Amino acid sequence: MWTWFFQLASPPHFYRMAASLVPWLLWPALLLILVGAWGGLVLAPADYQQGEGYRIIYVHVPSSYLSMMVYVTMAVAAGIGLIWRIKLAHAVAASCAPVGATFTAAALITGMLWGKPMWGTYWQWEPRLTSELILLFLYFGYMSLRSAFNDLNQSDRASAVLALAGVVNVPIIHFSVLWWAGLHQGPSISKIDAPSIAFAMLWPLLVMILGFTLFFLGILAMRVRGEVLEREFHSRWAQDVLRGVSRVEAA
Amino acid sequence: MNLGLGGLFWVVLQRDLMVAMRRWSDICNPVIFFVLVVALFPLALNPRAEFLRALAPGVLWIAALLAALLSLNQLFRADIEDGTMEQLLTLPYPLGLVILAKTLAHWLVTGLPVVVVAPMLAITYHLPADAIGILLLSLLIGTPTLSLLGSIGAALTAGLRQSGVLLALMVGPLMLPVLMLGARATDIALSGDDPTGPLYLLGALLALALSLAPPAAAMAIRISAD
Repeated sequence: MWTWFFQLASPPHFYRMAASLVPWLLWPALLLILVGAWGGLVLAPADYQQGEGYRIIYVHVPSSYLSMMVYVTMAVAAGIGLIWRIKLAHAVAASCAPVGATFTAAALITGMLWGKPMWGTYWQWEPRLTSELILLFLYFGYMSLRSAFNDLNQSDRASAVLALAGVVNVPIIHFSVLWWAGLHQGPSISKIDAPSIAFAMLWPLLVMILGFTLFFLGILAMRVRGEVLEREFHSRWAQDVLRGVSRVEAA
Repeated sequence: MNLGLGGLFWVVLQRDLMVAMRRWSDICNPVIFFVLVVALFPLALNPRAEFLRALAPGVLWIAALLAALLSLNQLFRADIEDGTMEQLLTLPYPLGLVILAKTLAHWLVTGLPVVVVAPMLAITYHLPADAIGILLLSLLIGTPTLSLLGSIGAALTAGLRQSGVLLALMVGPLMLPVLMLGARATDIALSGDDPTGPLYLLGALLALALSLAPPAAAMAIRISAD
C-alpha cells in the first residue's frame, strides 16, 4: 500500500501513469456530457414556470458545484504538500487553480445568462452569484500570490497557506453572504433551487455533474503532467521525455 | 534572561509600540487615509443629509477596511529586512505568540486610531447617536479581526519586493464577512432594530481569527524568512 503511494508521488512515475489515465477520464466525460446534454436539452420537459430557460442549469449547476469542489481539492492537495512535503501535491494544487477559476467564471456567466429571463436583469446581488464572485477573487488572489515568487519551493508553501486560510473562510463567506442577502430580499430568490425536481429533469443533471467531474479530473491529470515536466525540467527523466518527443517530431 | 509566555508577549508588544512611536508617520498615515476616503463620498456623490446618513455605515466600514489593507504592508516587512525576525524565529517560544503580540501592536497603532476617529466622521454624515455607538462597537470588534486576517497575508508577502496590490487582492476577499457584518450591524441600528445578532457574529469571527490566524501567520513567516 505504502510503496504504491510513494510510487504515485514520484514525478516520473506519475507522469507515465497519468498519460494512460487521461483517455480513461476524458472519453467517459465526453460520453456522459453528451448523454446529459441530450437528456437535459431534448428529453427533459420544459419547466411550467421557467419555460425552456431553466435548461441552463445543466451547465450552471455542474460548474458551480465544481468551482467549490476544485477549491477544496486544491486546499487538500496544498495541505498534503505542506505537511508531508510532497512535491507532486503542490503540483496538483498549482494545476487546480486556473481550472477552478474557469469553472467559477463559467458558473458566473451562466448564472447571469439565466438571470436575464428569470429576474429581467443580468446581475442580482443574489447570495449564490455573490458567493461565486468572491470565490473567483479567492482564486485570483491565490494565483497572483503563486506567480509573485521567484523561488518555486517558497511559492508552493506560501500559496498552500493561503489556500488553507481560504478554505476555512469559504463556509464563513458563504453563510455571511446568505445572511446578508436574507436581510435585503425576501425568499423569492429561492426560485432557483427548485425544492423538488422531477426525475426526468434530475437524471440528466446528475449525469452532467458526473461528466463534468470526470472532465475536471482528466484536465487536471493533463495539467499536472505539464506542471511536473516543467518543474523537473533539469532532471534526467524529464530531459529523456523531452528528447523522445523531439525525436518523434523530427522523424 | 528567562521570560514566561506572558513576559515574551509583553516585551514584543512594548518593543513594537516603541518602534512605531519613533516613526510617527506610520501611525498617522492610515488614519489620514481613512479620513480622506470618508471625505471623498460627499464630494463625489451628494452631500444631502438623509442620503449621507443612509450611506454612512457602508462608507465608514469600507474606509476602515481600506485603511487596514493599506497599513498591512508594514506589519512584518521592517523586521524581515533588518534581521529582527530571524532572531525572533530562533526563540524557544511559540512563534504564534510573537505574531499575536506584533499584530496587537499593529492594531493599536493603525486600527485603534481609525476606531477613535470614526465617530467624529460619522457626525459629519449626520448619523444619530445610538447608531454611532453601534458603529464604534462594531469597529472595535471588527478591526482587530481585519488585522489578524491581514497578518496572514502580510506574513506571506513579507519577503516580496512589491506586495501592495497583491496583498489587497489576497486578503480583501477574506475580509468581506467582517465588512458585511459590521456595516450591516450599523445599518440595522440606524433603522432602529436590534443589532446584537451581527455583533455576536462579529465577536465569533474575532474569536476564530484570534485562535487560527497567529499560527497560520507564523507558518507563513517561516516560509517568507527562508
